[in-house]
Amino acid sequence: MNGFSALLKRDLKLAYRQASDSLTVLAFFVLATVLFPLAVGPEPAILARIGAGVVWVAALLAAMLSMDRMFQSDYDDGTLELLVIAPAPLELCVLAKACAHWLTTGVPLIVAAPLMGLFLNLDPAGYGTLLLALALGTPSLSLIGAVGAALVLGARRGGALLSLLILPLFVPVLIFGVGAVEAALTDISARPQLFVLGALTLAALALTPWPAAAALRQAVE
Amino acid sequence: MHRFANPTRFVALARAVQPWAMTIALATLFAGLWFGLLASPPDYQQGETVRIMYVHVPAAWMAMFCYTGMAGASAVALVWKHAVAHVTARATAPIGAAFTFLALVTGSLWGKPMWGTWWVWDARLTSVLILFFLYLGYMALENAFDDRARGQRAAAILAIVGAVNVPIIKFSVDWWNTLHQPASVVRLDGPSIHPSMLTPLILMAVGYTAFYIWVLCLRVRADINMSKVRALKLRNA
Repeated sequence: MNGFSALLKRDLKLAYRQASDSLTVLAFFVLATVLFPLAVGPEPAILARIGAGVVWVAALLAAMLSMDRMFQSDYDDGTLELLVIAPAPLELCVLAKACAHWLTTGVPLIVAAPLMGLFLNLDPAGYGTLLLALALGTPSLSLIGAVGAALVLGARRGGALLSLLILPLFVPVLIFGVGAVEAALTDISARPQLFVLGALTLAALALTPWPAAAALRQAVE
Repeated sequence: MHRFANPTRFVALARAVQPWAMTIALATLFAGLWFGLLASPPDYQQGETVRIMYVHVPAAWMAMFCYTGMAGASAVALVWKHAVAHVTARATAPIGAAFTFLALVTGSLWGKPMWGTWWVWDARLTSVLILFFLYLGYMALENAFDDRARGQRAAAILAIVGAVNVPIIKFSVDWWNTLHQPASVVRLDGPSIHPSMLTPLILMAVGYTAFYIWVLCLRVRADINMSKVRALKLRNA
């Protein structure tokens, strides 16, 4: 666990010193959301209907935008090679990296989400569920993204390739994340969808470190 | 299995299998199309459009079969470092993507007269669309590296990760209430489809499988020959 906390601290410190990177992702999230009222028209009823979906899609895209940086700088400067030969298990390093990514991207998105709900005229009954769904769902985005980010290390056009690889895998999170808010808005219990979101995150937590670590090993081989 | 990790031996096997697969594919596809399009009865509800089934259903089966084969070959390639397994997985990807595309297009053509719409976002259709993107992602990742070996290994890991989608496709019609009908051939209580329609369906399924093996042999041999040409060019350069 020492390696885990050391790596997490290091990544958070790096993110803090280059805070503009995280802020750019946040700004992208806000801008992408704001585009929708401008595109589909400002009628409050339409916005309220699509609001939860728009917030989720924007969150997905914003999380993905910062994902290719997860291992790239370590790969470029050789830190990754040291992590691979370090005594701490590489799977644990992947978890630390994904955790740092979530803390620097997922959490700001969750904090900004109520404001986006306001922009999109989201019904007050949906806010709590939206935040809960985002809190349960976004960690799995970081974890699945870690696999994609590790796979595209050193590839040409890594960023565009990454979206092709991981957006299909994000679909379940999107479906159940939006489904939870829709259920809450129609006075049905959102618990089933929230449970599935939690299950997805737990499954991602258990399963994704292995392929991500395998991808990192073959990247520095 | 390790016997055929030797490319020369595998190529000899592929060369021997290829004409047989070609003969079986052409014969069963011809017979299946004749039975399916001409010699089988129209459905009492769907009329003549039911004939789309003979093209659509085996394509969907093959889409999943090819992905499973690709993921299996990738796992073998990663665990035992079989070069031929990498080649097999790589050769399977475009064939599987083509079957998936065929299943999506014929399903859409069938959906318009039957459901009144080209496309619905139900679980079966969405998960097959994701399968198509997984094939595309596999091929893109495979080609994204200057070092071929890197691309192979990265794509193999992706193929294994994407395998989670295969059971989702299979069981999507049971887990969700979908517009797409549930399984009627591969069932525990036996097929719920009339023999006059089952015969052309089975013929087409055999034909598609033989076609896959035929094209796979062709592609694997071409791939291995390309590697030899590349190696010769490098040596002479």
